[in-house]
Amino acid sequence: MLIIEELKVEIGDREILQNVNLHVPPGETHILFGPNGSGKTSLMMTIMGFSGYKVTRGKIIFKGEDITYMPIHERARLGVGVLFQRPPTINGLSTRRMVEICAGRKNVNVDALSRKLKFDAFIERDVNHNLSGGEIKRSELLQLSAQQPDLLLLDEPESGVDLESIALLGDSINNLLNRGIQKASPCHRSVVMTAMPKSALVITHTGHILDYITADRGQVLYKGQLRCSRNAREILKWIREYGYEECVECTA
Amino acid sequence: MYSLSDDTKVALSSKEGTCMKTAKQMSLDKVKNISLSEFSNAAEDHDYVEILDAMHQNDVKEFIKVGIDTNSELRAGTFIQKDSTIVHCSKSIEGVEIKGIAKALEQHDWIGEYVWKLLSPEQDEITKSVNIKPDHGFFIWIKKGVKAPKPLQTCLHIAKEKFSQKVHNIVVVDEDSELHIIAGCSTSEHLTSGLHIGLSEFYIKKGATLKYTMIHDWGENVYVRPKTAVHVDEGGVFISNYISLRPVGSIIANPVTILEKNATARINSILVAGKGTYMDMGSVVELNGTGARAEIISRAIVAGGTIISRGHLMGREPGVKGHLECKGLILKDGLLHAIPELSGHTPGVEMSHEAAVGKIDKREIEYLMARGLDEEEAVSTIVRGFLNVEIEGLPADLAARIDAAVKETEKDMM
Repeated sequence: MLIIEELKVEIGDREILQNVNLHVPPGETHILFGPNGSGKTSLMMTIMGFSGYKVTRGKIIFKGEDITYMPIHERARLGVGVLFQRPPTINGLSTRRMVEICAGRKNVNVDALSRKLKFDAFIERDVNHNLSGGEIKRSELLQLSAQQPDLLLLDEPESGVDLESIALLGDSINNLLNRGIQKASPCHRSVVMTAMPKSALVITHTGHILDYITADRGQVLYKGQLRCSRNAREILKWIREYGYEECVECTA
Repeated sequence: MYSLSDDTKVALSSKEGTCMKTAKQMSLDKVKNISLSEFSNAAEDHDYVEILDAMHQNDVKEFIKVGIDTNSELRAGTFIQKDSTIVHCSKSIEGVEIKGIAKALEQHDWIGEYVWKLLSPEQDEITKSVNIKPDHGFFIWIKKGVKAPKPLQTCLHIAKEKFSQKVHNIVVVDEDSELHIIAGCSTSEHLTSGLHIGLSEFYIKKGATLKYTMIHDWGENVYVRPKTAVHVDEGGVFISNYISLRPVGSIIANPVTILEKNATARINSILVAGKGTYMDMGSVVELNGTGARAEIISRAIVAGGTIISRGHLMGREPGVKGHLECKGLILKDGLLHAIPELSGHTPGVEMSHEAAVGKIDKREIEYLMARGLDEEEAVSTIVRGFLNVEIEGLPADLAARIDAAVKETEKDMM
């Protein structure tokens, strides 16, 4: 689904990613660990194509297509979607309209979707205007549910979300990824999702989100390079126990 | 109310080089300091049209752009003046009067009490140029306790080349009544030059509400000099919506609203200045009675033209509240000068302002692009949102038309 080869990225004159190689196969969820400033968000922004992130070497291949220099909207239309950590407010644009924009030509029942995400009370509000941390995540997930990307880039989905809401958030992410067990109404039996799962790259600091979503693999980004690739829970354990420095030492 | 010398200073403060400044200055002077004698006071009469729906299609096209609906079912009454002729005047509900000011003065002596009470003929050369005895313009009166279920509409249209249209409008909203007036102003498509001088004196009595929605569509060489003063008595409400999206040679207006005890004013304006447009638009609200509330909100977009966006709240009594919000986007070169003013004349006033001038935030554009819009679509979505000021009580048809006009305007701006 996503292949990144020898990616080197600069912001201004500062090198932020040195040599990143990454492969997220179809249907897999990968977790991206790393201390503050290690370049996790920059990697996501570069995959999406945001301005200010200059690729000086290497390439990004998505669904077999080289997207390294493709405009943002073309990547979005090709199936890349981001859950932003701190999205901007857009005055005068209702969230409802935004969700319709995300849906593009697809037919989407905005009200049903927003009820499911407990966002119906805010649906007429300007995009991200006066929302709490958890509400912003739900708004982002609502938009992505309408957009239905094949590769999801989730930038710290649990940050600023209270513990109670994390479960709902995890459920919604699983739904979006076509993974986990879909809870049906009481009179029906629960069913395992049959649709092909989507791919995801998830940034997490705390690892809390791992209690709710299934991770196929974890990677550690340290000083601009991916240093470790193995089971996500194992990595988390290592980091908790010994810190990042020790953790990357083991496989460096 | 405003002084031309101030405007000159504003123009000089633009950052162009010295030579450019001179050229620009000269052309600005030309649009601001119009010579009244260049325009003619005489125009031939136009035929009266008895039934609104039977109005000539060419005219209808011009009127529709400024909010006029020819389906008389949708409006409580209609007044249309073309150059200096009233071409249509009708009403469909009881308890309101709508007619030419000259005729109204003949019928009711008492109207005289409302003429030149808020404005003074000696104020400046603009007011001096208008006849002491009002001869053109409209008179609207809604009687005590009447609540009009549909808006009234007025249209002042200039069709004759180089014509100077001078009107003096009086609106009296009697105690506990409610009225929405949609006031359109336009010029014929082919018109290259014209002048509109509109004096308006509005009286909102105790507990009454007036919504006044103005939609202007002038022309590149049309000069507009309105003088408006509004008096809102105890507990009354004045809501003003001003929309000007199309080019205008120059418009200079700074209406004054006077609020008595517990009176409210909400003044919204949406201004777009493309190349060749000069707008100096403001609003002064005097909060003269305890409990008076005022809100002035403006959205201005400059795409090659000049906008001076003023606002002034004057708190004269304790226990008044006011907020002024002035936001501007500069899409192409041009000048956007926001001048928010607050003056408190006593302790116990509570007033604030918020002004922001700049370009569209790149983060917003890219956020929308990440959701699948191309750059152009993203920019236009943000612009439309920016102009999306809540305009209360706008009929659905008109809201849709304004939205269409905003889309049309975007094409010219990009």
